[in-house]
Parts: sequence; C-alpha cells; structure tokens
Amino acid sequence: MSSDAMAIRNVEVESLPLVETLHGWLTTVDHKRLGILYIAYALLFLVIAGIEALIIRIQLMHSHNDFVSPQVFNRMFTMHGTTMIFFVAMPILFGFANYLVPLMIGARDMAFPRLNAFSFWLSAFGGFLLYFSFLGGSGLYGAGNAPDVGWWSYAPLTARAFSPGHSSDYWTLSLLVSGFGSIGTAINILATILCLRCPGMKLNRMPLLVWLNLVMAGMVLIAITPLSAAQIMLLIDRYLGGHFFDAQAGGSAVLWMHFFWIFGHPEVYVLIIPCFAFMSEIIPVFSRKPIFGYPVMVAATVCIGFVSLSVWAHHMFTVGMNSYANSFFTITTMAVGVPTGIKIFNWIGTMWGGRIQFKTPMLFSIGFLFQFLIAGLTGIMMAAAPFDWQLSLSYFVVAHFHYVIVGGILFALFAAFYYWYPKMTGRMLSERLGKWHFWLFLIGFHLTFTVMHIPGLLGMPRRIYTYEPGRGWDTLNLIITIGAFIQAVAILVFVANLVISYFKGDKAGNDPWDAWTLEWSTSSPPPAYNFATVPVVASRRPLWDQKHPEDPDSRYD
Amino acid sequence: MKQMTETTQKAHWGMVLGRAAIVVLLAGIPFAAGLCATNPGGDNAVPNIFQPQSTPADSIKQLSDFVLAITGMIFVVVFSLLIYAVIKFRQRAGTADREPAQVYGSTQIELAWTIIPILIVVVLFLATARVIHAVQDAPKPATAIEITAIGHQYWWEFRYPGLGIVTANELHIPVSDPALPTPTFLKLLSADTDHSFWIPQLAGKTDLIPNHPNSMWMDPHRTGIFLGQCAQYCGTQHAKMLLRVSVDSPKDFGAWVRAQQKPAIQDEKVIAGRRVFETTACINCHAVGGSAANGRFGPDLTHLMSRETIASGAAENTKENLRLWIQKPDAIKPGSLMPAMQLNDEDLDALVNYLETLQ
Ligand code: HEC
Ligand code: HEM
Ligand SMILES: [Cu+2]
Ligand SMILES: [Cu+2]
Repeated sequence: MSSDAMAIRNVEVESLPLVETLHGWLTTVDHKRLGILYIAYALLFLVIAGIEALIIRIQLMHSHNDFVSPQVFNRMFTMHGTTMIFFVAMPILFGFANYLVPLMIGARDMAFPRLNAFSFWLSAFGGFLLYFSFLGGSGLYGAGNAPDVGWWSYAPLTARAFSPGHSSDYWTLSLLVSGFGSIGTAINILATILCLRCPGMKLNRMPLLVWLNLVMAGMVLIAITPLSAAQIMLLIDRYLGGHFFDAQAGGSAVLWMHFFWIFGHPEVYVLIIPCFAFMSEIIPVFSRKPIFGYPVMVAATVCIGFVSLSVWAHHMFTVGMNSYANSFFTITTMAVGVPTGIKIFNWIGTMWGGRIQFKTPMLFSIGFLFQFLIAGLTGIMMAAAPFDWQLSLSYFVVAHFHYVIVGGILFALFAAFYYWYPKMTGRMLSERLGKWHFWLFLIGFHLTFTVMHIPGLLGMPRRIYTYEPGRGWDTLNLIITIGAFIQAVAILVFVANLVISYFKGDKAGNDPWDAWTLEWSTSSPPPAYNFATVPVVASRRPLWDQKHPEDPDSRYD
Repeated sequence: MKQMTETTQKAHWGMVLGRAAIVVLLAGIPFAAGLCATNPGGDNAVPNIFQPQSTPADSIKQLSDFVLAITGMIFVVVFSLLIYAVIKFRQRAGTADREPAQVYGSTQIELAWTIIPILIVVVLFLATARVIHAVQDAPKPATAIEITAIGHQYWWEFRYPGLGIVTANELHIPVSDPALPTPTFLKLLSADTDHSFWIPQLAGKTDLIPNHPNSMWMDPHRTGIFLGQCAQYCGTQHAKMLLRVSVDSPKDFGAWVRAQQKPAIQDEKVIAGRRVFETTACINCHAVGGSAANGRFGPDLTHLMSRETIASGAAENTKENLRLWIQKPDAIKPGSLMPAMQLNDEDLDALVNYLETLQ
C-alpha cells in the first residue's frame, strides 16, 4: 500500500500513528485480528513456559543437581504444564480457528464479534493472572510464589492445610476465568459454522478444518464445564468451609480426580483435533490430491469426540478401581485407537498416488504423522491397565504426552504457521530457515522425547526434582537435556523466521500454494470484510473448480 | 540427455532414501543408545520393569511383551506405508505442472482399515482383561503376611498388625516359595496427601489416598534389596520419598521379626541423651517402644539403628548423618516436615549417642 503511494511524487504519506494502531488492535472485533492476538499471546507464553522447561531440564541434567530448590522446581513444572495447556495450546488453536473458520466458509466475521473479543480478553487476563502469582501468591504469608500443586492440582494438596497462602487460588481463578473465555469462543465457533456458511456450502461441503473445529468447539463445551464446576467447589472448600475434596473432613480426593480427568481427557482431544484439521488441509494440497475418504474422516472425528468422553479414568488406573472398572476403561481407551488409526490411514491414502512437494509445511506434516503414530501406540500400551500400573506416573507417560503435544500438536502448528503465514501477512516464510527449523527441531525432539521413554521403563517417576545416582538414569537425562536445548535453538530460528520474513519475505500473492479452499481466493492479508462479494460454492474445493473448469469437483457432488 | 535425467533421478533417490534413513535413525539411535547407556546389570540397582522378581510384576511383563509385539508390528506396517508413500509419490522433475489422478476414497479400503484395527483391539483387550483379573482378584492365602503401609508427607510407615511391629521406610518381607507361598498383602493408607507405592521389580504401583483404602500384593521370588520410590506427587520432597524393600530368607525374616518385636534397649550409659530426647519435642512426633515417646507424626525410632538409611532413603544411617539430620534436616532433605530442633552441641552429641543405641 504505502509503497504504491510512495511512487507518486510530491505526496507526503501519513502512516497511522502508533497509538492509533495499538488502539485499533486493543479494541478490535475483527476475527482476523483477534486470531492474530490469540496467536501472539500464545507465542509469548510458549517462550515463557519453554524457559520453565529448560530450568526443569537443567536441574535434571544429572543426579543430585542443585540448580534450583525443590520448591522452585515444583513451581516450574506446575507453571510449565498449566501454561502450555491453557495459555499456549488452547489460545493458539483458538487463534487459528478464529482466523480461518470464517474465511474458509466464506463469512465476513464470526457470528458474535464482540463476544469474540470479550472471550479473548478473558483468556488473556487469565494468563496474566496466573503469572501475577509470582508476585502475590503468598499474600500476607510472605514473598510471592507460584502454584506448586501440579497441573492437575490433585486434592488434598490444594486444601488449606497443604497449600497455605494464595498460590493455588491463582491456579484456580486464572483457569476459571480463561475457561469462561474458552466457552465463549466455543459457542462462537459453533454458531459461526452452523449459521454463517456462504451459499452452496452445505455441511458436507465444508472443508475438513471447519468440520473438525466444529467438533472441537462442541467438546470444549462438554470438557470445560466440569472443570469450572470442580474449581468452584474447590474455592468453596477453601473459603466457605466446604468438604468436597477435603479428605481430613470426610471429603473425597478421588472425586477431584474424576472431575479433573472428565475435563482432562476430552481436553487433550480438544487440542489434537484442530491439529488433525491442519493436517487434513495441508497434506492434500502438498500431495496435489483431495483428502482421501472425506465422509470417513468426518465420521471418525465425531466418533473420537464421543468415545473420548468415556475414557477419562485411564488416567486413574493406579487409584485402586476394581477390576471391572479397569477393564471398562481399557476397552474404551483402546477403542479410541480405531478412529484415530483410520485418520492416519486416510492421510497416507491422500499421499498415495499423489505428487508430494516437500515444502516446509509438508515436512512438518510428515513429522506429525510419524510421531503421532508412535504416540498413539504408546497410548495403547498405557491403555492396557496392568502395563499402565508400571508406566503411569513415570517418565514414560511424560514421553507419551510430549510425543502427542510436541511431536503432534506443535509440529502441526508449525506446519500451519508455514502454510497460513503468507495469508496472514502477505509474505512467505523463508524456506531455507524453515528447513533449518525443521531438522533442528526434529533432532532435538527425538533426543529429548524418544529417549525419555527409557527412564520411565527403568523406574524413574515424574515430578521429582532430584534422583539417586546408580539407577541408570544419569546418561539418559543428560541426553534429554541436550535435546531440549537443541529444540530451544530451533524455536529461535523459527521466531527469527517470523520476524525477518515479515519485513523481507517474498510477496505471497493470493494463492501461493495453488490451494483449493476459499481463504486463498481473497487477498493476503484479507481485507477487513474478507470477501468483496460473498462467494458461492458448488463443491468441497471451490478453487479447484475454478482452476479446472474441464474437470470440476462439483461434477461429482 | 536421457542419461542425464537418469543419473539425477538416481541421485535424487539416494537423497530421499538418505533422508528416510535419517528419520528412522533419529528415533532409533537415541532409543538404542539410551538402552545401552543404562547397562542394566545383574543387581537390582536399576529398578527395571522388564526384570520382574515377583508374580504380579511378572504377569505385567508378559502382557507388556505381548502388547509391545503387537504395537511394534503395527508400527512397522504403518511406518513402511508412510515411507513408501513419501518416496514413491514425491514430486519428480518434469511432472510439476501435471496434477495426479484425483481419487476421493474407496469404501473397500476404508472398511478394511476399520475392521482390522477393531479385531486387534479385541485381542489386546482380552489379553489385558485376563491379567487385570489375575493380579487384582488374586485370592489371599492363609499364609499371607499382612502389612499396612501408610504414606506420610515424605516417609513411609509400615505396620505389621499380626506381628506387632511398627517400622518406617524400609520394608522387610519374606521371600515366597512357590511350594508354600507366603505372599505379602499390603493395605495402603495415607495420613495426608496422595502417594503411590512403586517397586517396579515386584509389582505395579498403587496409590495411597487419604480416606480411600487400597490394597496390593507381591510374592518375591528371590531375596535381596529392591528399590523404588513414591510415584505420586505429594509435595515439596516427593523426590526424596524413597522406598527399600528387603526380601529376606524365611530364617532372616524370622530373626528380623524377633528383633523388631523387642522393646527399645535401655542403656544407662546414654541416659543423658535419653533425657534430651524425652524432654524436647521429639516425643511428640516420634515413638520409642517402652518409653514415654509415642508420637506418630514421624517415623518410629524404636529400632532406628536396624535401618540402613534415614529420612526415607535420603541419607545413609551413619552417626554424622544422624547428627546433621537432627541439627538441620533441611541440609539433607529441604522441605521435610521434621523441624530443626536448635540443640546445643553437647545435647546434640548426647542425643545422637542415645539414638545409636536403638538397635
Ligand atoms: C514436628 C514433628 C517432629 C519433631 C518434633 C521431631 N521430628 Fe524427627 N522426624 C519427623 C518427621 C516428619 C520425620 C520424617 C522426615 C522425612 O523422612 O521426610 C522425622 C525423622 C526423624 C529421624 C529419621 C528416622 C528415619 O528412620 O528415617 C530421626 C532420627 C529423627 N526424626 C529424630 C528426631 C529427634 C531426635 C527429634 C528431637 C530432637 C525429632 N526427631 C523431632 C518429625 C519430627
Ligand atoms: C490413541 C490415542 C491415545 C491413547 C490410547 C492414549 C492413552 C493415554 C493413557 C492411557 C494415558 C494415561 C497414562 C497415565 O497417566 O498413566 C495418557 C496420558 C496422556 N495423554 Fe494420551 N492417549 C492417546 C492420545 C493422546 C492425545 C491425542 C493426546 C493429546 C493431544 C494425549 C495426551 C495425553 C496427556 C497430556 C496425558 C498425560 C496427562 C498427565 O498425566 O499429565 N494422548 N494417554
Ligand atoms: Cu487421556
Ligand atoms: Cu510422593
């Protein structure tokens, strides 16, 4: 824009003053700006929680290390886990959903733009409230401290007797507040998808990304509410003399576990389903083929959504359920593997017979497939309750869920960044830095999280700030720590790429990947109103139809 | 010209294969190197879940082997398909402007890859359910030893109700002869937060939860020391809530039981230290059989010197460590619930001399 104006001589170009720009961002109700705000805020917390992870890894580098005290260590893993799940993964995925869903269904904004802004600011407030605990956590009891009860905050560790001061209240309140934000956003996504699709976009023509975000939003509503309820009960326990979870007074610690995992397990699917969504858009475009088995992909997702509501107690195989309950949760958990497997097969089916282009988004997608496959298989191992009596609460579990969350979710997110950054900014990310980012991250990831399975098998429990020498854990932990630092370097490359490409990247044009969904039909970045005229679609791949009038998808629709 | 494309083609193949190899190595090498680095020796220093020494741990291992075999096969199949697709269907020079055939799906194939996984799941489930039942619903023989384990913030209390013994942190149980099994059945309780009892070579872990009694059992097949530790995060010193199980021959176990059943030794030579002990807050938290000390907040000290470690395995049970522990518990186990008692050197020495007599 400005460069075009520059070309006209003798004209003084006035750019928007900084304050105005900031004001614009703070008061925006535009789904694209809110999407970017979500993403930026999540990246900030990614760096913070990443630093916490490095502190944890330095401490565990060798046995009997004293880099940090046990108190600090316990705060670090609590804050790391809580931040990564609630203030990195959730907001960044909401950010992409916010940005992409309206564009992909040919809408001009979300259904409730103001609710959208309200939800974002609630979530953002939650994140900052959590970190304020570093200053205010102990209140009158002394210096500040952060929560140190683990990201599950199991009762009765959260009872007043074991958690004096306010540190665990910060945990409760910040998640309660951001939980309301998540519920708002979920309602918004549901309403947008159900009510604002452009003419011709029937449910069975929606891009898979939209379908999967529909399922994700539905699951958020079901998952977050029990957590909010439990948190309110916890506050009643702590301040109004309730005894829901206070075992000393006859309450039940196991009740909290059920509440937490009825939230917690669907939550992990809330996080992975949008990543399935990225894969289902990116793999077809770089294989130059439509997604294999669209209806089956939709059915499998809905199926995962339902079945994953009945598996929560696989996180509780060690709490002493009877053999029937353990068997029930074994079979339901293994059952989730079936639709999940179907998805992997369909992605490979999409690549089969295609013409695969190894652009950075595709590299990360292939990484995703590889790691998600292994993560699913370690999940099946832990679904076998007796095997889990050994694996649970050990480093094996930590390796499993980082395989999903880093090897799966983060890889998918990187793919999404390389794929949609051009749409969001109008510039391509550098492929060269992208490849450095990919290979460094891949190597670091495997050094850390592949190796991490082994100490678990050798009896190393999670959440310990130090360990005894001579148990065969030392060398492994050193390798794991080295891998963590390689990943940190890769993240720096990524951030550098984001910044440098913003100023110096190649111009993207509307459709740099020769893709097929509606967001690529408008300019990059899209105007505030998204589409000058509301598009009309006749198939799942409107841009394919445009580009191949001789053989449009709509012919088979 | 044709020659040229062929060699570049070959070079490209090489590169792609090379990359595929890198990916496999990436996951494989760290894993293998890791396994070698651990060097699981013959002793029990490494609490390896794959070297079980008791029936429950052994049943679990057999199930694990089965599950690993099946998941390993799935991995090999799916991974090969993935790698094959990536290599075979990569974009080649000269095809960049042609779109491949647009295939939308295939009902037969979808059916196949739905039904096969379902069958696999059924098989896995049946194998698992068998072991769940075998371990959880095993009958308790009349010859079983019964022990109550109570988790406390950062230490373990063990009570043998049938034998009248109370001890801490180091569990003694008899080896179980298959001909006349003497398995140990544990009742698991907690005095405060959640804990989890885990000796990988003897059994899977089970949590100790306040207000929610649990149980587990094990029947060690051979004698020796088995290591483990608390597996459920229970607060500041969760890391130093270690566990030692001494599996004794029937003879040694009998001798140990008789020694533990005796009241504490009353040695007149250390009367000064005993006075310090009985006139400070020690007795509110600790018990010494046959004396005024009957606290239950800390470990029973009646036979303190029969234990090889103190503070739940955080330090060896030596004179210097005992002294340091009483003077400044935080030096050994920061955050432990034993307060520093601020004794002067003289009292401290006397006290340690007294404790040293509690054989
Ligand atoms: C407020 C209660 C309390 C008081 C008072 C107290 N202790 Fe302790 N003591 C504990 C607790 C709790 C532990 C277990 C600490 C751990 O392992 O984390 C312990 C552990 C010990 C141990 C190690 C036992 C073992 O087998 O591991 C010894 C020895 C000991 N205390 C001696 C003393 C002496 C001597 C005094 C008095 C000078 C004393 N304690 C006062 C609570 C107390
Ligand atoms: C086939 C798929 C999967 C199966 C069978 C599976 C199974 C399991 C089981 C049984 C556990 C409990 C282990 C224990 O604590 O003892 C577990 C833990 C976990 N899983 Fe999965 N899982 C699968 C996929 C996923 C996905 C997709 C995610 C996330 C996006 C995920 C995230 C987690 C997390 C975060 C934990 C541990 C939480 C904690 O203890 O802090 N899993 N998984
Ligand atoms: Cu789960
Ligand atoms: Cu513990």
